[in-house]
Amino acid sequence: MIYREAGQFKTSYNSDQALLPVAQDRFFVIGLLVVAYLVIPFVANDYWLNSIFLQFFIFALAAIGLNILTGYAGQLSLGTGGFMACGAFSAYKLATSFPDMHIIIVLFIAGLITALVGMLFGIPSLRIKGFYLAVSTLAAQFFLLWLFNRVPWFTNYSSSGVISPPPIKLIGDYYITGPQATNLTQYFFTLTLVVVMALGARNIIRGHIGRSWMAMRDMDIAAEIIGISPLRAKLSAFAVSSFYCGIAGALWAFLYTETVQPLAFEINQSFLILFMIIIGGLGSILGSFFGAAFILVLPIFLNSAPALLGLKLSGSLVTHIEFMVFGVLIVFFLIVEPHGLARLWGIAKEKLRLWPFPY
Amino acid sequence: MMQAFLFDPFMMMYDSPLFFVEVLVSGLMSGVMYALVALGFVLIFKASGVFNFAQGAMVLFAALTFVGLWELGVNPWLALILSAVTMIGVAFSVERIVLRPLVNQDPIIFFMATIGITYFLDGFGQTIWGSEVRPLDIGIPNEPFMDFAEWSGLYINKFDVFATVVCSVLVALLAGFFTKTKIGRALRAVADDHQAALSVGIPLKTIWTIVWSVAGIVGLAAGILWGSKLGVQFTLALIAFKALPVLILGGFTSIPGAIIGGLIIGSGEKIAEVYWGDAFGGAIEDWFAYVVALIFLLFRPQGLFGEKIIERV
Repeated sequence: MIYREAGQFKTSYNSDQALLPVAQDRFFVIGLLVVAYLVIPFVANDYWLNSIFLQFFIFALAAIGLNILTGYAGQLSLGTGGFMACGAFSAYKLATSFPDMHIIIVLFIAGLITALVGMLFGIPSLRIKGFYLAVSTLAAQFFLLWLFNRVPWFTNYSSSGVISPPPIKLIGDYYITGPQATNLTQYFFTLTLVVVMALGARNIIRGHIGRSWMAMRDMDIAAEIIGISPLRAKLSAFAVSSFYCGIAGALWAFLYTETVQPLAFEINQSFLILFMIIIGGLGSILGSFFGAAFILVLPIFLNSAPALLGLKLSGSLVTHIEFMVFGVLIVFFLIVEPHGLARLWGIAKEKLRLWPFPY
Repeated sequence: MMQAFLFDPFMMMYDSPLFFVEVLVSGLMSGVMYALVALGFVLIFKASGVFNFAQGAMVLFAALTFVGLWELGVNPWLALILSAVTMIGVAFSVERIVLRPLVNQDPIIFFMATIGITYFLDGFGQTIWGSEVRPLDIGIPNEPFMDFAEWSGLYINKFDVFATVVCSVLVALLAGFFTKTKIGRALRAVADDHQAALSVGIPLKTIWTIVWSVAGIVGLAAGILWGSKLGVQFTLALIAFKALPVLILGGFTSIPGAIIGGLIIGSGEKIAEVYWGDAFGGAIEDWFAYVVALIFLLFRPQGLFGEKIIERV
């Protein structure tokens, strides 16, 4: 009864093909945006703004990136960390070489550079499929990290290898990076970016390119026969996915950790983002957000759960138990709902359509 | 710059051919060790089509169990048997808890489930046995054969030879098991076609348990050998990342492929590190194997010995 689309008639093609054709979905998304823009900034403290929400937005962006490649185009990738590192280092080189460049342009160009690198590492996907491809994307992961670690040009010849991004102004006196940047500015900036890019992803996916990705994923030979060029479909998926991952990586280094170092983008980061899209739901933009939230909240919960129960555990033991719980949860999710939280959300909507009446 | 890449390494090889042979031999022998880990992957992929990412975690878990039992004062042979039994237990629970409910899912779902198993085993092993580095001494000295070295001028490590022998025996046993026994034939039948195997009365569940047990025991052997080389610690689980390029180079479904892939990667990696490492700036071992495997794949997408992929709509 609550979620019922009966009576919502479409009178034009435009309204029929709208991003959110059902009114309740529109209200939900608008309500969520209102809360995100008008409520959270004034309620949350600095810890929440900086450690939880900023991290969440960045992870969600990376998860959307990987979801485009793995969920929509069906190319399993384990190199997300490498692409994020690529974005972070290109943004760093741009920001230090052109100090006057605006942050949005820096991020955009860093994303484009990462997209190029992603296309380069995507070339093998034209020949190799499935697990062979997954393993070969590890080449991107290990090679890119090695490159940024070893070649001093990328770190501007700093001796320690740990470098911080320069302070950059967003507008007027509002700094987006560096010591003068406030959490609130960073929050609004990332929120806006994530909203815009998520909408962008939704739009790409329902259009021509997105449909060719999905055809490629479902059966590549059949897709080729109906006239989809695998070269264009696969490479564009790698490019768009890497663009998103690159921007996420740049944000991670510039806003969240405030240091640019290869260590932050290790293989574990790639797996973490892979888990997000598995748990959230493969082939779903909303699922990327769900997954990112779940993976972020879980460790916090696990860290505080023993204390709530009155148990005292050593730090390393908690880490190991965290590993175990992660493993169990992933297997559990795959068995119970291989399509992730996004599917559960869909089921909940189905239920709400009838509730509270049985028929 | 060009000279460092194209000229100097070959001059070095020409100047001291004996040293080149030494590098090659030690590379080949570490390749054997990679192959041992890759073997576990191949066994499971062959029999169930599951790309078992957890093989590295199984290596770590087996080695941790072995060392942990030994440190508790258990006789090493008994500890070996007990760890093997533990690995069979792991195989049994994996089949029962993870694989059985997932029957008929996409391969990618199985792959992700094994990532879950990886995380669980890593955490579980370290929760029980602790995460400090444990030295493991199985009584094989890590030193060259002196008599042989005096006679020929070549330094060949005793431990490497031991590892090679163990690995060869294991491969011979596995080959015999796969070709001569009833279970082995059943395994190959399952690998060929799940449904056809089921319809002629081969119990799929039993076969899966057996194959995961065998992979676990191969993992135990790999864990003991690698553990006595590096010490038993978390990094053992990362050996899997060394075995993956071996795997794609040799082909996922071929046991000889795993061995030959291991030899190519092992020797190539050592030679590249010794002769070209400086030109690249060092520590190229991390990615060299992947790039070699990738280049091979561009010409043979199914690996050197993998089954030809025939695709139909």
